[in-house]
Amino acid sequence: MKPSRLIISIPYLWLALLFLAPFFIVIKMSLSDLAVSIPPYTPQLDLSGGWEAITAYWAALDFENYTWLADDPLYINSFKSSLIIASVSTSITLAVAYPIAYALACSPQRWRALLVMLVILPFWTSFLIRVYAWIGILKTEGLLNQLLISVGVISDPLTILNTNTAVYIGIVYSYLPFMVLPIYATLEKMDWSLIEAAEDLGSSRLSAFWLVTFPLSLPGVIAGCFLVFIPAMGEFVIPDLLGGSDTLMIGKTLWVEFFSNRDWPVASAVAVVLLVLLIVPIVLFQRQQQKLSEAG
Amino acid sequence: MVNDPNFRPWHDPNTKPLIDIQNVTKKFGDFTAINNLSLKIYPKEFFAILGPSGCGKTTLMRMLGGFDAPTKGSILLEGQDLTGTSPAQRPVNMMFQSYALFPHLSVGDNIAFGLKREKMPKADIKIRVQEMLELVQLTELEKRKPHQLSGGQRQRVALARALAKRPKLLLLDEPLGALDKKLREATQFELMGIQEQLGCTFVIVTHDQEEAMTVSSRIAVMNQGEIAQVAPPETIYEAPTSRYVADFIGDVNIIEGRVSTTKENAVFLEWHENEVPLSALSDQTPATGSTAWLSVRPEKIQIYKEPPQTNNAVAGKVLDIAYLGNVSTYHVELSNGQVIKAQETNAGRSANRGIDWDQSVWVGWSTDAGIVLSQ
Repeated sequence: MKPSRLIISIPYLWLALLFLAPFFIVIKMSLSDLAVSIPPYTPQLDLSGGWEAITAYWAALDFENYTWLADDPLYINSFKSSLIIASVSTSITLAVAYPIAYALACSPQRWRALLVMLVILPFWTSFLIRVYAWIGILKTEGLLNQLLISVGVISDPLTILNTNTAVYIGIVYSYLPFMVLPIYATLEKMDWSLIEAAEDLGSSRLSAFWLVTFPLSLPGVIAGCFLVFIPAMGEFVIPDLLGGSDTLMIGKTLWVEFFSNRDWPVASAVAVVLLVLLIVPIVLFQRQQQKLSEAG
Repeated sequence: MVNDPNFRPWHDPNTKPLIDIQNVTKKFGDFTAINNLSLKIYPKEFFAILGPSGCGKTTLMRMLGGFDAPTKGSILLEGQDLTGTSPAQRPVNMMFQSYALFPHLSVGDNIAFGLKREKMPKADIKIRVQEMLELVQLTELEKRKPHQLSGGQRQRVALARALAKRPKLLLLDEPLGALDKKLREATQFELMGIQEQLGCTFVIVTHDQEEAMTVSSRIAVMNQGEIAQVAPPETIYEAPTSRYVADFIGDVNIIEGRVSTTKENAVFLEWHENEVPLSALSDQTPATGSTAWLSVRPEKIQIYKEPPQTNNAVAGKVLDIAYLGNVSTYHVELSNGQVIKAQETNAGRSANRGIDWDQSVWVGWSTDAGIVLSQ
């Protein structure tokens, strides 16, 4: 083998070892059945049984868990609810992040490095602790309610914690930097004389933004939306800590299935479906983008 | 217009200027970019603003376009004060130095951009876009995106886009700076043709004196936020009013001296002891005894092996000979140590004049070849 091939094969090896192998294990598990054993599923592959054991093992795998997912409305509702929560919170994050990114890109050069660092700063604290901190802010006798009551905006405390609102706040807060940074990256590269050209040709400031700035920042917007939507879709910590008992999200369902019910096969099936649901639209979208840029 | 010798609106007191810049000052913090500048630009002119980088020429253009506001003074367009009007409201369009083509729009959509903003009917937009594409000879490329075009094509799209709205004034910011020399020269003539065809007023900002000389009806030479001289190209070249202008445009020899006598409009300058005073023309009559400078272009100086019969003849020694193909430039050191450049046209195929390095020679020029400058 050529040395260059060898070097290229290393990342592929990593990918195979750390992504593909676990993924196939999960797929295999999703085709198994629940059993009271360690690990808690059957069949187990026993190579000492020879060829017969392998064929018997193969025959025992089926798609029963997937039909189960389709039959029980809990899973479909979890997927649906996750989809809604992830979409809504991605939209809110975009609405909050865009002005921040825009302001960053317009800020004086000497301040930029500092401001960008401030955006990243929250990452220096554990994600779990930051979400925990929101409990202190949002609970009935928490900081937010105290503030609003002392200012006189409300007389009775609001119930925010353990509702979907708290989940939205948590997701928007946690994933904001993932939206700000890619948008900032595209805006920062932008040639501002384009805006002057648009104004010179008769656009108002606002229409110059919608006709030029926004379309040119779309790659950053799309990247940011993926970076927020994908993890938000499978989010577990935020709905578990901030959401209520009726907050249905697929990440939570998966956790319950895996740890409370110890139903590894069903949990694996949920994980596989989640992965497919996320990957298929992204692949299709990227194909489309590629076609557009080639035709462009 | 530019080539018409009778096109001299700046001499006619009855012509109303298109642009009237009145005592404009522009400051950025402590820095004065434009200092109390007044200038009139007439309809159908191809006006060049020429100067080194940092002289304020781009600031002046940006104020005409409405991207910067004057700190003091006002700019009038056809007698209307432009103060407070946004770039969108001005009948002025700009061709940006970077071209500023919208990368996400096709060539056709780039050109149609301004027309769509003024809500022109769709059918008319189509016709106008076709017209503009024909004007810049890009009809086949309407559907292309800017990144699929060459530099020269992009420059044409930028021009077509800026002209599509039929502005009263077109501003061109270093329009040909990104093109290579051959293409630049061809495009200069094309720009002049387009300007004549449309009868629109062009103001071009450039640091390239050759470009300014080629295209413009008048040139404003700028220096540190002020205008050093405004005149047609041949006046700027042959009758500069200051050493700065003489030195900025083309090659020049400047000899410092003291005015000894003046006779009619010829001025005699003592430039070195034991040397015959040099003579040149002057519009002003500088005071006897004052310091003045004689400016003479290298191509107006002849080189001789024997003392010549010209009004001005000076002995010297050849330091250097540069053969440039069409011309040869001789660097001749005079008795005061100053080096004079003399440029001889190589009319024959042999550039050999029998003049060699370190040879003693004479340089000579007539009285009307040079000009005396008092500043």
